[in-house]
Amino acid sequence: MRLAVPAIMKTTAARLSALFLILFALCATVLVFYMSSLSVRMLTSQTQETVAAEAQSLARAYQRGGLPSLVRFVGTRSRQPGANLYLIAEPSGRILAGNVESLEPGVLEIDGWTSRPFAYRRYGDASGETASAPSHRAVALVLRLPNQMILLVGRDLGEPEIVRDIVNRSLILAFGMMGVGALLIWLFVGRRALKRIDSVSEASQRIMGGDLTGRLPVTGAGDEFDRLSENLNVMLTRIAKLNDGLKQVSDNIAHDLKTPLTRLRNRAEAALASADDPATYRAALEAAISESDQLIRTFNAILMISRLEAGYSAEQTSSVDLAAIVAGVVELYEPVAEELGVVLEAAVEGEAQVSANRELVAQALSNIVDNAIKYSAGHGDAPRVVVSLTRRSPGGYLLEVADNGPGVPDDDRERVTERFVRLEQSRTQPGSGLGLSLAKAVMEFHRGRLELSGRNPGLSVQMIFPEDSLKDEQG
Amino acid sequence: MKILVIEDDREAADYLEKALGEAGHNAHVAGDGETGFMLASSGEYDVLVVDRMLPKRDGLSVIAGLRARGIETPVLILSALGEVDDRVTGLRAGGDDYLTKPYAFSELLARVEVLSRRSGAKDIETVYRVGDLELDRLSHTVKRAGKEIILQPREFRLLEYLMRHAGQVVTRTMLLENVWDYHFDPQTNVIDVHVSRLRSKIEKEFDTPVLHTIRGAGYMLKAA
Repeated sequence: MRLAVPAIMKTTAARLSALFLILFALCATVLVFYMSSLSVRMLTSQTQETVAAEAQSLARAYQRGGLPSLVRFVGTRSRQPGANLYLIAEPSGRILAGNVESLEPGVLEIDGWTSRPFAYRRYGDASGETASAPSHRAVALVLRLPNQMILLVGRDLGEPEIVRDIVNRSLILAFGMMGVGALLIWLFVGRRALKRIDSVSEASQRIMGGDLTGRLPVTGAGDEFDRLSENLNVMLTRIAKLNDGLKQVSDNIAHDLKTPLTRLRNRAEAALASADDPATYRAALEAAISESDQLIRTFNAILMISRLEAGYSAEQTSSVDLAAIVAGVVELYEPVAEELGVVLEAAVEGEAQVSANRELVAQALSNIVDNAIKYSAGHGDAPRVVVSLTRRSPGGYLLEVADNGPGVPDDDRERVTERFVRLEQSRTQPGSGLGLSLAKAVMEFHRGRLELSGRNPGLSVQMIFPEDSLKDEQG
Repeated sequence: MKILVIEDDREAADYLEKALGEAGHNAHVAGDGETGFMLASSGEYDVLVVDRMLPKRDGLSVIAGLRARGIETPVLILSALGEVDDRVTGLRAGGDDYLTKPYAFSELLARVEVLSRRSGAKDIETVYRVGDLELDRLSHTVKRAGKEIILQPREFRLLEYLMRHAGQVVTRTMLLENVWDYHFDPQTNVIDVHVSRLRSKIEKEFDTPVLHTIRGAGYMLKAA
C-alpha cells in the first residue's frame, strides 16, 4: 500500500532535509549520551572518592577518641556548608548526630555503598517542604562501628543531577535547533526549489498552451536552474523561430503560390472556352508548362531553405576554395552581365580554403550575383558588379558582392532576406523572391552571416564565413 | 531502344511508358523493386529508369544488386529527394544519372537518350567531328571548314560536351551539370547566353547552322 505523500515531501530538497535531520539527530543523540554518561560517571566516582576520604577521616576520629570524638567531629562537619551528609545512628535507627533529619527507610540496614540514590531530608530545609516528602537525593557509605553504632557518610546528588539536567536540556535544545534547521533548509532550499520548478512548470504549461513567446524565468543567480532555464529558452527561441518560419512560409505559400496557381487554372479554363484553334491551345499549354516550372522552382527553393534551416551536418561539407567558387560563378554570369551591359568583375587573390558545401555556396553566390546584375542593369551610366573575397581579421572570409544599382532602402534591408519578400520596384523582375532568403539560409547553415549594407549608390551583400568554418591548417 | 521503368506510381509509370513509346522507344514498366530487379537481370534493356523509393526493394538496392551481378545497363535514378547528398548516394550506388521529381519529360527523355548511347567509343576518340566542325581534344583546337576558331576554356568544354552528344538533345540542366558541375537552378538563363556566344563563334561567317535550339527541351548539335 502506498501512502499519499504531500507534494512538498516529494521534492528532493524536502527528502534531503529529512534525511539530514535524521542523520544529525542520530549523531547528536550518540554524542550527548556519550558525554552525559561520561560526565555522570566522572562525577559519581568523584563523589565516591570524597565520601570514602570523609569516612576515613571520621574513622580516624573514632579511633582516636571513641564515640564522643566522632560525634563531635560529625557535629563540626555538619555545621559546615556543603553537599556532604553525616549521620550517626543507634542500631535501632535513632539518629544521634549529623545533618540528616530523616531518610528513606531501609538505608541504614545496608552495609557499604548504597546501591542506588536514596531520598533524605536535611536539617535547615525550608519548613514549608513537608517532612513526608524528602526533597534531596544522595548516595552514601554506611559503616558499622564496633559498638554497633551506624555511621553514614554521603554526598548529595544535586550536582550530577544538575549535570544530567543540563545534558538533557541541551539534548532537547539540540533537537529543537536541528528541527528548526531542517525546517529552515526545507524552507529555503525546498520551497525555493519547488517554487522555481513550479514557475518553470507554469511557464512551460503556458508555452505548451500555445504561447510560444513565453520564456522560462531566469533569476540571474547563475545557478543550475538558471542554466537549465537559459538552455531551454534558447531551445524555445529556436523552436519559435522555426515555427514562425513555418507559419510565414505557409502564409506566403497561400499568398504567393495561390496567385500563379489561380493564373494557371484561369489560363487553362480560358483556353478551353476560347476558339478550338490548335495554335491557341498550344500557346496556352506552353504558358501553363512554364508557369508550373516556376512553381516547381519556388517549391524547390522553399524545400531547400527548410532543409538548410533544419541544421548543419559536417558530412555535407568538404574543404573548398572560395576563390574557385567566385571564379566559377563570375564566369557563369559574365556573358549575361555583358548582354545586359553590366561590368562583372572578380577581385580575388590567392586561395581561400574553407570547410563548406561547394554547391550551396555557389548557389547562394549566384543568387546574389544574379540579383546584383538584374537590378543594376540599366541603372546609371556604368553599371558594375564587383565580387570580392577578402580575409577578415581576426578570422574568416568576407565574400562581398557590390553593385552600383538602385540599392535597397535602409528600412527594407532587414526584410529583403525574408522569404518571398520582394520590394515593390522588383515586382517587374522575374524571380521567386527566395534568392536572398536561400543565400541567408546557406550562410546560416555554414554558421556564417549574410549582411546587407548601402553603398550610395548601390548595395553591398556580404557573405561572412566565420573562422570556425575554415579548414584546419594542418588538415 | 528498350527501356525499363521501375516505378510504383501507376500513373507516372503509364505516362512514361506512353511518352517514351511516342518518342520511338519500347518501354516496359515494373511496379516494384523485386519485379524490376528480375526483369533488369535479363540484361536485355538499353536503359533503366529507377525510382528511388519502391515497394519490396528500394531503388538503390536494385541498382547495387544489378551491378553486383555484372549488369552494366545505364541507370537513370528518379527521386523525390533532391539534396546534393542524395544525388551523391544515388550515383555512388551505381546510378549513372540522377533526376529529381518533378521533372520535365523532355529532360528525362534527353537524359535517357544520352545514357543509351553512352558508349566507351567517344571516350577514346581524340577528335570529334560534326559536319565540317572539328574538335581536337588533345590539342584543344576547334576548326570549322579547316579554319581555326578561338574559344574560351569554358566554351571549349561546352562545345566538347555538345559534340560528344551530337545528334542528341542536350538540356540546359545537363549542360550546367556536366560543363559547370553545378546542380542548382540558376534564376536567369545563363546557359542560353553561353550557348548563344558559342553559337556566334562557330556559326558566324558560315552559312549552315550546326547548333540548333530544340524548343522546350534544349540544344542539339547536328550537321545540316
